[in-house]
Amino acid sequence: MKTTQQLEKQLKRHSKAAKLEIWGKVVSFSALLLIVAVVVGIIGFVASKGIATFTSNHVNLWDFLTEKKWNPGITDANGKPEVGALPMIVGSFLITILSAIVATPFAIGTAVFMNEISPNKGAKILQPVTELLVGIPSVVYGFIGLSVVVPATRAIFGGSGFGVLSGTCVLFVMILPTVTSMSVDALRSVPRYYREASLALGATQWQTIYKVVLRAATPGLMTAVVFGMARAFGEALAVQMVIGNAALMPGSLVDPAATLTSVLTTGIGNTVMGSLQNNALWSLALVLLLMSLVFNLIIRLIGRKGRLQ
Amino acid sequence: MNSKTQNKIAIGTLYGVAGLVVLILLALLGYILVSGLPQLSWHFLTAPAKAFLKGGGVGVQLYNSFYLLILAMLISFPIALGAAIYLYEYARDNWVTTTIRTAIEILSSLPSVVVGLFGFLFFVVKLRLGFSILSGAFALTFFNLPLLTRSIEDSLRTIDLSQREGGLALGLSRWETITRVILPAAVPSILTGVILSAGRVFGEAAALIYTAGQSAPALDFTDWNPFNISSPLNPMRPAETLAVHIWKINSEGIMPDAKAISSGSSAVLVLAILIFNFAARYLGKRLYKRLTSA
Repeated sequence: MKTTQQLEKQLKRHSKAAKLEIWGKVVSFSALLLIVAVVVGIIGFVASKGIATFTSNHVNLWDFLTEKKWNPGITDANGKPEVGALPMIVGSFLITILSAIVATPFAIGTAVFMNEISPNKGAKILQPVTELLVGIPSVVYGFIGLSVVVPATRAIFGGSGFGVLSGTCVLFVMILPTVTSMSVDALRSVPRYYREASLALGATQWQTIYKVVLRAATPGLMTAVVFGMARAFGEALAVQMVIGNAALMPGSLVDPAATLTSVLTTGIGNTVMGSLQNNALWSLALVLLLMSLVFNLIIRLIGRKGRLQ
Repeated sequence: MNSKTQNKIAIGTLYGVAGLVVLILLALLGYILVSGLPQLSWHFLTAPAKAFLKGGGVGVQLYNSFYLLILAMLISFPIALGAAIYLYEYARDNWVTTTIRTAIEILSSLPSVVVGLFGFLFFVVKLRLGFSILSGAFALTFFNLPLLTRSIEDSLRTIDLSQREGGLALGLSRWETITRVILPAAVPSILTGVILSAGRVFGEAAALIYTAGQSAPALDFTDWNPFNISSPLNPMRPAETLAVHIWKINSEGIMPDAKAISSGSSAVLVLAILIFNFAARYLGKRLYKRLTSA
């Protein structure tokens, strides 16, 4: 005979399935937490290393962002270390904006062609090619830049061939497939009846594309371009291989320059942990991280605005 | 100019733009393959690299690339799977979930060089793993996690709600429904996602330069004891991958045939990506037919 207490215990006990359920929930949730911990860890570590330049080496933040001389090993006449990051920040923004300006018309034009004018050819030729090119490793782009673009720039404009122009060319080809395929998604999400209504009103195909489809898809297209810019801004090796790596203000598009990423890849292995030279590089990494957060924020704002409309 | 001529001009221009883009993209692929394929030979794919002489191969780098890829996938797949299951099957639509999603999005948009630097700081320096395959595999995991999670979540999304209701109606718990009903149905598209992300991991270099290192010590392919330094299985040795090799010999290589080796390696990388792409499509379709008897 079981007592009522034992019975109650038996009845209130979790079944095997319920235990499994809890276990599954806990395990899958901890996997998720792990990812969040990684994000927090990355931001925390890079930020704590990045602000050391300002807290323990007492570099002025404003000087860091606006001075033009980058020689962390050397101190200037006033005894301050020369850690002006402006040339790299300008370099990064310059190639990002230039490559986005060049890539946007091509990418959106191609996307319109694929989606509105010739969906057949688009699906058969362009789609597989762009999908494949999205996956091509950045070092391959860098290598092609080094063996094709740099000699071409040298032949046309003289100089060394390394510089902002070569970097822009490489990044243009690199972000083109990404921006194109995202633009196609944006155009595809425009409802079919928008086009039909416009055509039924007697608009030509171009008027429909220009006045209806592109307008309706604007938030998506902007997201695509900002995404491409974020990729261009964070790209390291392909740019580092063709930009010339001279931490100077670029005087012209064919002068060697440097970007945040290029200085990081070449410098971090050659400096001693904890030294000012090293901390200054981590500050550059922090700038890079903050910029990628800003791009993320812009994409979100565009998305929100698109939903409100 | 009336609207009809305008229309003709605009459409013509769009044809031109699309044609130009196709031309650029095909020229790019063509250049890689035409300059690279003649370099490929059994010797090139298996011989160790030479630092100062010509005639070296990329055998060790190629092996390292695959070994790192497998390790990174082994670490990242279970985590991504768990995270995706929780996000899609369990998570409620509240601020916690939104925050977590934002965090994942941030991780996916971080430049890979920042991920690599964090790996360097945390695994190489703090945990004293040194420049090693293990550090590299962790860095690649971080790089891979957000995209893999998103692709698995998308795969779960394609499974019809009625499947879940069916499982629950039969008295299965939610977890049992997920493991017995949803996951088997989602396997083909999960596999496609995994293979596509493998392609990305395979070609990644910026995250590896300061984690897996830039040197490739000679390997003894007869020694499979993971504790020996020259064993191919040893996870604590520095390991330069194919992608890092291309970068390294182009920026500071002194071998006379650096260009030929880079072309060959680029072709190998692109071929590998091509194979990953086709395999993903083919296997996905094949498995889908097999599992659904459609």
